[in-house]
Amino acid sequence: MMEHLRGLGRRSCDVLEALGRSGLFLGQSMLGIPSREGWSLWLSQMHFVGVLSLAIVLVSGLFIGMVLALQGYTILVDFGAEQALGQMVALSLLRELSPVVAALLFAGRAGSALTAEIGLMKATEQLTSMEMIGVDPLRRVVAPRLWAGFVALPLLTVGFSVVGIYGGYLVGVEWLGVFEGSYWSNMQASVGFIEDIGNGLVKSLVFALVVTWIAVFQGYDLVPTSEGISRATTRTVVYSSLAVLGLDFVLTALMFGGFS
Amino acid sequence: MRRSKTMELGVGLFMLAGILGLLFLGLRVSGLTFGVPEDTFRLEANFANIGSLKPRARVTMAGVTVGRVAAIELDREWYDARVVLELNAELEDQLPRDTTASILTAGLLGEQYIGLSVGGDPEMLGNGDTIRDTQSAIVLEELIQQFVSNMVND
Repeated sequence: MMEHLRGLGRRSCDVLEALGRSGLFLGQSMLGIPSREGWSLWLSQMHFVGVLSLAIVLVSGLFIGMVLALQGYTILVDFGAEQALGQMVALSLLRELSPVVAALLFAGRAGSALTAEIGLMKATEQLTSMEMIGVDPLRRVVAPRLWAGFVALPLLTVGFSVVGIYGGYLVGVEWLGVFEGSYWSNMQASVGFIEDIGNGLVKSLVFALVVTWIAVFQGYDLVPTSEGISRATTRTVVYSSLAVLGLDFVLTALMFGGFS
Repeated sequence: MRRSKTMELGVGLFMLAGILGLLFLGLRVSGLTFGVPEDTFRLEANFANIGSLKPRARVTMAGVTVGRVAAIELDREWYDARVVLELNAELEDQLPRDTTASILTAGLLGEQYIGLSVGGDPEMLGNGDTIRDTQSAIVLEELIQQFVSNMVND
C-alpha cells in the first residue's frame, strides 16, 4: 500500500519536474538575443521544417478540400442547398481542419525529425562539447528550431487552406456542377476575416508553439541511448498529437463557443 | 551549417507564398475590401419585433444591396427595437418619406435582412430621419399560434 502511494507521489513529482524544466527551457531558448549568426541558423531550419514540409501539407490540403466538397455535396444536395458548398468547405477548413491537420502533419514530418536530430546530438555528446567551448546549445541549437517552427506552421496552415479551398472548387464546381458564382459569393458572405481566418491563425500559432516545444524538449531531455532516442521520437508524435487535439477543443470553445 | 543561395531563395519563396496565401484568403474567401469606407447616411426604423436580425445584416431594395444594419438597440420609450441603417450616400434625399422597411428572410432557413420598398410621398428622407412604416419579422411560433387559434374559432 505504502509502496503504491510512494510510486504515485514519485510519478507526480517527475511529471511536475519535467513540466517545470520544459518551461524554463522554453523561456531560456526563446528569450536569448538572436545574434547575426542566429539568422542564418534560423534560415536553414526554416528550409528544413517549412519549405520541405510544403509538399506533404499541400497535397493533403488538396485531398481534404476535395473530399470535403464531395461529402458536403452529397449531404447538401438532399436539402437543395448545394449552393452553400463553398461556405461549408471554407468554414470547416479555416476554422478547424487546416490548423489541426497541418499541425498533426507537421508533428509527424518535422517534429519527429527535430527530436531525433537533437537527441542524437545529445547522445554523441555534441551538446556537452558545445558547452565546453563556451557556446550555449540552447541558443545555438534549440532557439533557431523553435523559432523556425513557430513561423513555418502558420504559413503552412495558410497554404493548406488555400489549396483545400481550390480542391473543393475543383470537385464542387468543375466536377459536380455547383454554380461557380454561388460557390465564391456564399463563401465571401459567410467568412469573416478576423473571426474565421484570424482565429484559425491564432490556433495554428498556438499549435506551432506547442508542437515545436514538445519536439525540441523531448530531444533535449531524452536518455542518451539509441533506445532513448526512439522512445523520445515516439513520445514527440504522441504528445504533440494529443496536445493539438485537446487544445483545439479548448480554443474552439473559447473562440466559437460563445462564452465571453 | 552551410547556407546556400538556393536555400535562401526557397525560404524567401515560402514566406512570400504564405503572405500571398493570406492575401488570397482575405480578398477572395472573406471578401475583404481595402477601399476607403463608402459615404453613407443613417436612417432609423422602429420594429415591434426584429426576429433574429443581426448587426451588419444587408439592407436591400428590389433585391439590390444598398446598405447594412449599423446598430440594434432597445427603444426605452416604446419598448420596441430601434434599428439604425447605414445606406449608400447616393440614396440620401432620394427615398420618399413613406418608404416601407420590412424584415425578410432569405430562403426558408436563411439569414434575415431588411427590404426597403419605396412609396410615393413628395418629401424625401434625409440623414437621421426615421422610417415610420415598418413590418416586423415573421416569427414562426406566432404564425402557428394564430393558425391554431383560428382553427379553434372555426
